[in-house]
Formats: sequence, C-alpha cells, structure tokens
Amino acid sequence: MSTATPTAGKPAKKAAKATGLTWTIADADHMTQAEIYGEVLTQAALKDGRVVALTADLAKSTKIGKFEQKVPERFFNFGIAEANMFAVASGMAETGLIPVVSTFAVFASLRAAEFVRTDVCYQKRNVKIIGTHSGTSFGQAGTTHHCTEDIAVMRCLANMTVIAPADARATAKAVEAMLAHDGPVYIRIGRGFEPPCYKDMDFEFTIGKSNLLRDGTDITVIAAGIPVLQAVEAADRVKPDGVSVRVIDMHTIKPIDEEAIVRAVQDTRRLITVEDHTVVGGLGTAVADVIAKSGKGCAFRKLGYQDEYSIVGYPEDLQHRYGIDADGIVSAIGEVLKQDFEQDEDWEDE
Amino acid sequence: MLAAAERKRLQDKARAIREEIVKVTYACGGSHIGGAMSQTDVLVALYYKYMRIDPARPDWEDRDRFVLSKGHGGVGHAVVLADKGYFERKLLDDFNKTGSPFGMHLDRLKVRGVDASTGSLGHGFGISIGMAMGARLTGRQFRVYCVVGDGECHEGSVWESAMAAGHFKPTNLTVFVDRNRFCLDGPTEEVMPLDPLDGKFESFGWRVLSIDGHDFDAICGAIETAHAETARPVVVIANTVKGKGVDFMENQTAWHYGGLDDRMKARALESIARS
Repeated sequence: MSTATPTAGKPAKKAAKATGLTWTIADADHMTQAEIYGEVLTQAALKDGRVVALTADLAKSTKIGKFEQKVPERFFNFGIAEANMFAVASGMAETGLIPVVSTFAVFASLRAAEFVRTDVCYQKRNVKIIGTHSGTSFGQAGTTHHCTEDIAVMRCLANMTVIAPADARATAKAVEAMLAHDGPVYIRIGRGFEPPCYKDMDFEFTIGKSNLLRDGTDITVIAAGIPVLQAVEAADRVKPDGVSVRVIDMHTIKPIDEEAIVRAVQDTRRLITVEDHTVVGGLGTAVADVIAKSGKGCAFRKLGYQDEYSIVGYPEDLQHRYGIDADGIVSAIGEVLKQDFEQDEDWEDE
Repeated sequence: MLAAAERKRLQDKARAIREEIVKVTYACGGSHIGGAMSQTDVLVALYYKYMRIDPARPDWEDRDRFVLSKGHGGVGHAVVLADKGYFERKLLDDFNKTGSPFGMHLDRLKVRGVDASTGSLGHGFGISIGMAMGARLTGRQFRVYCVVGDGECHEGSVWESAMAAGHFKPTNLTVFVDRNRFCLDGPTEEVMPLDPLDGKFESFGWRVLSIDGHDFDAICGAIETAHAETARPVVVIANTVKGKGVDFMENQTAWHYGGLDDRMKARALESIARS
C-alpha cells in the first residue's frame, strides 16, 4: 500500500500542469475523468501504433472523440452495436494491436457481457475496456443507464483486472497502467463531473496496490471510485470528535490488495466499504472474502446499493439517498463503532 | 475449372477427413457430426489449396487466419488440423474426455492451429473481422477465412458483424455460410426462416456468391473470385447437405449431434467410401 495526500474539499483554483510517465496533461484540475482518459489514450496512441480505439456511437459521451480527431486511422465507431465490437476487438488483439473499447459501463458489462467473457477473457486477449457513466453518475438518465453491477460482473471473469479510479488524476494513471499491463483490463469511471480527490500527480498508482489516504486506528473505510473522496471528507469530519479513521483507496478491485485489508482488520477491527455499486459482488464482497479467509473477527458494513434499483435523480442526491456520500459514511462510522463482534483470543494486540 | 487430378486430390482428401470424423465420433461417444460433414469440403479447399500456413509455426504472424464461427464443427476442424500436422493424430483418441485439450468446441489456448476459441454462436464472425482489420492496420498481407453456420445467422450479433464489415470493407476477409438448412431443432426455414440469405447480405453491403458447397470447382472458383474482389467483403453461401457423405445422416435433424455404435460406424464408413 502506498501513501498519498488527498484534497478534501474544493478543487484547486489554479490550473496545474501534470506530467505522467509518457504523457503531459494541461489543466488537470479542470479536466474530468472522461476527458482525462480521452487525452491520455490519445497521447498514448500518438506514441504507440498498436493502440486503437473502438466505440459504439458514444465517442462524444465517452470523450474518446479527441482520439478520433488526432488518430482517425485508428479510431473505429461501430454504431449502436456493442456485442460485435468486443468480438472485433478480440480479433484485432490477435494481430498484436491493443484495442481500447469505450462505452457506457452498463453496455460493456451487461449487454456485451458474454462477448467480454468469451472473446476477451477466456481467450486472454489484450483488450482494454473503459466503462463510463458507471454507478449512478448518469443519475437523471434513469436506471437503464445507471450501472451498479459492472464490478460484480467483471470481477467474476477469470483473467480480468478491474480498476475504479477515484478521480481524473487517478484515471490518468490507471489508463497508463492499463496500457502497460498485458491482458484484459476493465476501468470504470463516472460521467465526468466529479471533484478531484488527489491534489496533484505525486502519488503511486500500481495495479493491485491500494493507496493509504488517511491513517487511523479506530476504524477503516475502504472505498473505490467516486466515494473515495467522500470517505476522506467523512474521516476529516469525525476527527475533531476524536475518531481516528483509516481511509484506503482500493482502486484495484481485482486483484485486490489483501495485505492492506488484513492489516486494517488487525489494526482497527472495524471496517466499512463504500462503492457506487450494488453491495452484491462488488468491492464490499471482495473485501469480505479477504476478511473471511483471514479467519479474524471484525465489525463490518458494506455501503452501496442494497440489492435494489437506483431511482432517478442528480448523482449527488442519489449518493446521499443511498448513503455513499460523506454524510452516509459518517453515520455508518458511528454505527459500526458501536457494533459488537466476537474478538479473537489469539491476536497479538489482545 | 480444376484440373481433373486436382479435383480428385481434394475429393480424396475430403473423403479421408469425413472418415476421420466418423472414427473420432465413434471413439468419443458423440459429436456434432452433421455440421462437421457439411462444412468439410470448404475446409479442405482452404486448408489444402489456399491458406498460407505453417503447421510447424502456429503463431507465425503472417499466416492466414481461419475462424470456425460455427464452433460446434470443431470435431471436423480438429481432424483437419491433425492431418495437417499441428499435433499428433493419437491425441484425438481422447476427444471429449476429461482433461483432454479437445472438446466439442476448440480452445485456441489448448489446440495448436486454432486461431479463435469459438462455440458460442455469433462470436467468430466479428473476431474474423477484427483480424482482417488488424492485418490492414499492421500492414500485413494475410487473409482471414471464416465459416459461419446458417443457423448461427439467427444470432443478432451476426448481423452486427455483417453491418460492420459492410461499412469497414475488409476485403482480405472471406466468409462462408455453411448453408445446410438445419439448426438443432429442425430445418432453419421452419424454426426461424433465413431466406433470402443472399439478399440479406447484399443489403448489408456484401458481395454474395451462392454455390454448391460440395463442388470443388465452385468452392475454388468462389475463393479466387473473393481474392480478386477489392471493393466489398465477400460472403460465399455454400449450399451444403447436413451429414454429407453418410447416407443415413443426410438431411436428418437427428444427426445434428450423435454417437455411433459399431454397426453405424461401419455403415458410415462404407457410405463415405462410395461417395
């Protein structure tokens, strides 16, 4: 687990120039997750002729349109037809290309699920998938366009790596890591209006290694994606009351950072997971699997959509309603701190 | 027109492949033998006359690719690959057995010479388009051949693929539809009609060649016509007979999938020898 300092609060007012390993991004403070990935991909494609982009009539919505302008000969729009697009990506990968498929999370993970499974994962094809508008980030579009199941679906596919970056800066690093990784990768991002969590580019982003954003001893909040910033805000809010909260950005849900989870169980004995996703099969389930395997007792709560379909509304209203914003996390912290659980006898700290 | 000796060479090879399909089916307890028989002549023309491949180098980057989109014809494809020398024939003795690399639908990561793992219908067609587009993008000259089942054309994704190829025009791709007119539950025109199949592809922007899929002159002529086409992707509707070569299997819904006992095996081999 690497450490980093997040910004809890408003985005920085001054535009900053952020430099990655192979690309340069201007105005990282004001670019959204989606704009950033479009930019990073375009830069990568200009340097690496193997990178090709595929979309299904969502070039504008998924912000991959920049790629189309700069590298038109390696940009392919398949119209509103996702299944074939993933099959084509698999075939392109056979020729040594690195196809990056971009569409809404709900279509990548559900409509085209069998193509992702059979043509990409089963055949170990080097195809990259970026699911945008995940969770309820496209709140007003309604439940058909929400996607609260993609982590669960993608996580259960063998050979797949699943990443949910917390903000635009993390997305830039995630895209870079994705391109360097050999094998299928799924990155889920929001619609692109989310405030930044990381204040600059000075942090590690390694697939499978979580980031420690706040250290703490009373309770641990493990979050992925947009709720990471909310977890940081919640931690800062309860701090004056003397509650010491550890916050972990579990940006890679598969393979998950087991070591960080077991250490959190050992150190804080109380854990909360937060995700913009159903609590069935997502981050919370992945963390619960690790806790169960460790054989150690702890108080545990999963925040997310509780096996239900999300209602229509503004994303921030929905995050509040379903308890995955800072308010919801603060309440859950209070409840889990009071929760009884069976303590192990043989732990060295007892 | 093929020279008589060339025609006979291909016919003899097709007969040998069909005999092998019968023997493997007998040994493994059952296979999708009907469709394996109907596709055989197209596979023989491709593998024994046209494809630029090297069985010693199954990963050779410039090899022609073959995708059996109707993956249930895998038993027939495996027999061809064994005969070409991709692996030893005796490995097929374990076909379908627990732990064998060979199941009904071939896995590219387990079987040398298989370019795409297929089985679920409506996938291989799109994969072959990706390979053909990839050849163009990477500046390679290889060709891609794909065999789609006619029942497979019930799948919506086939028409997504047909539409995409009509748009991107990969002329280095040749698609065959094994038009044996049967799917699992019965004749295609009763289960879910496909005709006019040629008109459907034409309206999606394809050049359509409709041939007798058991006539090597016609198959070879179609392949050469496809090679010469520079404007549109080519689909060859190979009109075939399900169970071709085995008299008691031909055009029988029941022989979509089946096993053979000693008596049936002997009769099947006799029938193929006469064909």
